[in-house]
Parts: sequence; structure tokens; C-alpha cells
Amino acid sequence: MSDPDLTADLPPSLVEARDVRVSLQGTEILHGVALTARPGEVVALLGGNGSGKSTFVRSIVGALPTTAGTIDLFGRPASPASRARLGYVPQRVSAAGGVSATALEVVTSGLLGSRDGAARFGARLRGLVPPRDAHARARAALRSVGIEDLAKRDVSRLSGGQQQRVLIARALVRRPKLLILDEPMAGVDLESQVQFSHTVGHLKHDGVGVVIVLHELGAMAHHIDRAVVIERGCVTFDGPPPKDLGVHALPGHDHEHPHTDPPSRDGGLGLEGP
Amino acid sequence: MSLLAEPLIQRMLLVGLLVGLAAPVMGTYLVQRRMALLGDGIGHVALAGVAAGWLAGSLFGLAQQDALAIPGAIVFAIGGAVIIERMRSRGTAADVVMAILFYGGIAGGVLLIGLAGGSNANLLGYLFGSISTVTWGDVWMSVGLAAAILLIGLGLRTALFAVTHDQEFARSTGLPVEALNMVVAVLAAVTITVAMRVVGVLLVSALMIVPVAIAQLLTRSFARTMHVAMGIGAVLTLTGIWITIFYDVQPGALIVTLGVLAYVAVAGVTSMARRGT
Repeated sequence: MSDPDLTADLPPSLVEARDVRVSLQGTEILHGVALTARPGEVVALLGGNGSGKSTFVRSIVGALPTTAGTIDLFGRPASPASRARLGYVPQRVSAAGGVSATALEVVTSGLLGSRDGAARFGARLRGLVPPRDAHARARAALRSVGIEDLAKRDVSRLSGGQQQRVLIARALVRRPKLLILDEPMAGVDLESQVQFSHTVGHLKHDGVGVVIVLHELGAMAHHIDRAVVIERGCVTFDGPPPKDLGVHALPGHDHEHPHTDPPSRDGGLGLEGP
Repeated sequence: MSLLAEPLIQRMLLVGLLVGLAAPVMGTYLVQRRMALLGDGIGHVALAGVAAGWLAGSLFGLAQQDALAIPGAIVFAIGGAVIIERMRSRGTAADVVMAILFYGGIAGGVLLIGLAGGSNANLLGYLFGSISTVTWGDVWMSVGLAAAILLIGLGLRTALFAVTHDQEFARSTGLPVEALNMVVAVLAAVTITVAMRVVGVLLVSALMIVPVAIAQLLTRSFARTMHVAMGIGAVLTLTGIWITIFYDVQPGALIVTLGVLAYVAVAGVTSMARRGT
């Protein structure tokens, strides 16, 4: 459970999305979906490929415009300023760009943008340059995900799991009160999965709300407080996951198969099995 | 040393130094965005701007017909950069946009210079560079533009890195992504018009990209890549210009050839060093 002292200044809902609709190239992808996350709560956003999970989180973080509905962050309508206390880990294959960059440089870039929630012009200008203690904070974020020793390494030379940890550190360096992760476990080695699970445990204790897009609960199962299932752009389930059975117990997942089966493509919710 | 007292040589070396330092700064961002050929697209639009300036000069009856050539190039290059950025942000394939500007720039340049009563020979100085004709006016304009490029390109390095590295994450932090993308495009256009006098439109992109490509063989950090590329750019331009003082060779072509040879040499040495370890 989260520490009440650490969540005292936070509103009851860190994110509250209501009736959100998103269209891409004229096709409606999300048909009025909703989501809330409270301080210290870990919410899993589940669903098959193409169900709209990533579209939903991308609309929450401002990467995609909504066509209808409302999204409040920290009790205020979502805006660049209200995203000051938001950490985001996008879904991606690699943390590398066209030019070599060290893990420290990538994490430091997370310190830009809105910092204090102010929408003033001066505050936005200050957000264009890193703060003075940027390197110390970036190193601390890398330490929190167990890879401080890789700070000066070129991210393109790191393993997939290490690159993912760099991206998580880039989100954590903002000291977020709400962390949104889009499939952070995809293609990640076991060591990084275990490390990430520890990180989420610490964040939860510190009162940070976590929204995490997953294909399966897997190593995260014991941290998840609530599961929200999206199917074809609609929320079909929102409630506590039965932890003993993981994804197989969710409503709509009406078949049983051993865990060595290949991913489900058409059964139940379209959720992929482990 | 008496050569350094010559005003023409001072002007050539000063402009060469500024271009050598500034071009790789913007080149680093273009390589990061995997848009290394953007300079070529904008360069060709700048050529149409040169011809348009020439046409305007003849229409206004200016004594020096090409007085508006460089201002024309700046206006057209920035316009082209803005168009590329807007089309790219709306999802049009970047290579298609650049190809259209590439062909449109060359065709427009040749047509406009004809309408201005000039010939394609008038464009040659802009196609291949004409550093030996720089005036003190050109030098001060280059100083101003290069200072803006260096100030913004270096001062906002972390923000421009954030946007060129991961646009979606940058947007989630509240960074003004569209504005910063436009800053990169416009500064790239300004860089091209400054560098055009040294190496010409056809090779302008090389001065932005080749030093970065060499630096990438030597460094593992974004900041260091930029700084090393600036040093390489300055050495290449100064060396190339200095050689052309003694030998009758085309400065732009020599500078770029030196850069390509340096790339091959550094790639060979680093490859051997890697195999040896």
C-alpha cells in the first residue's frame, strides 16, 4: 500500500479519462473509453493487438488528439503544463536514434518540458534547458533501475532490456506522480523484468499511480490492483484481476490452454497467452 | 604569414571557419532525425531563390544584378524548409517531399535565371561555390547567421536532441515539439544559405553530414559527436581553402573530397583497431 504522507497533496484521481474517442485517418479507433488511476494504484491496461490500448495511452499523454471526451490529469484538464508530473514510457523497439547517444544523455532529456505545472511563458522557456542538477538526477534515475554503471555507454549498444530500462529511467527522472508505460515488458530479458517489477513496487509504496499496458500480467501480476480490458476500442472489463489465474481468469477469456501454447489470436478477448 | 594580411584571404578563411563550425551542428540534428538528405532538398530550393533574387534585381534595375541573390536564397530556403516540415508532420513521406523540392528547385532556378536575362553560367558560382568573391558584407552576414545557428543549435542542444530523438516522449513532457522541429528546419535552411558560398548548392549537404559521419566513428555521445564534428568541419574548410590559395582547384570540391577521404581513413583505422582488440 502507498504511504499516506506521500500522497497528501494529490487529488483522488491522478488521471480521469471519460468517454474518450479517438479517430485516426477518419476511422474511429476508440469508441468512448474511460480510465481512472489513484495515487499508489497500479492499473493494467490489457487487450489484444489492435484493440486500442496504445492509442488510449497516447491520447492521455498528448501524443494523439481526442475527437470527444475529457481527460483530466491531477484534477485539471490535460495540457502541457498539467503533464509536469507525468512520466511516460512509449512503446518502442529501440532507445537509439541516428546519432550515438549515451544513456545519461537520453535520461537527461527527460528533465525538459513542463516542470512545475505552470503554463507561463517563462516557465515554458525554462523547460527548454535542463536544470543545474540534471546529471546527478539522471544518474540517480539510472541507479533506481539498476544500470548506473551503463551511464556513459552508447544506448544503441545496449541489450533490449537495458534500453527499456534507460527509457524507464528517462520517465522516472521527472519524479512523476503518474507513470504511464506502453508495453514495457515487450522483448525484455528476465533480469530487466524482475528489476522493473521491483521498481513498480517502490513507486507504488511512494504513492505513484502506474498505468501499464500489458499483453499479459506475467511478472507484474502481484502489483496489479485493477485491470482494464479494451477490446475493439471499447472497455469490456474494469475491476480487480483474479491474481491466481492471471489473464486466463478475466471475463471473456473463455478458453483454457497450457502456458506453453502459442499466443491466442482469436479466442476470448484476443489476449495473448504467456 | 603575409598571406594572412590579405583581406581576401582573411575573408575566405573567416567565412570558411564559420561555415565549418556551424554546418555540422545542424548536420548532427539532421542525421539524428535520419534526414541527412534534407540539405540537398533545401539547397536546390535555395538555387531557385538565387535566380528569383537575380530576377528581382533586374526588374528593379539594380546596378549589381545579383545583389538580391543571397537574400532570395535565404527566403526560398526557409520557405522550402517550412513546407518540408509541415508536410512531414502531416505524414507525407519525407523522401517524396524532398524529391519534389529537389526537382522543382533546379527547374525553377534555370527558368527564373533565363527570365532575368542571365544564363545558366550565372548559377555556376552558386552551384559549386564562389568563396573567392566574398565581400566584407557577406562576411558580416555570415557572422550574424552563424552566430544564430551556433547560439540556438548549441544552447538548445538537449531540447533539440529530445525532439529529434523521441518526438512522442517529448510531446508528453510538454515540450513545444512543432516549434522545435520548425527551429531545426529553419536553422538548417539558414546554414545552407551561409555554406552555399563556400561549397555550392550541390555539395552543401556534404559539409553538414560528412563531419558528423566521421565524428560518429570516433565518439559514443551525442554532445561529443557534435563538438568533434564542429572541429572536423573547421579543419576541413580551413585546410581546403588554404590549399586553394596555392593551387588552382575548386574549393568546395576540394573540401568535400578531403572530408570523404578523411572518412575512409578514419573508418579504416577504427575498423582495424576494433579487429585488433
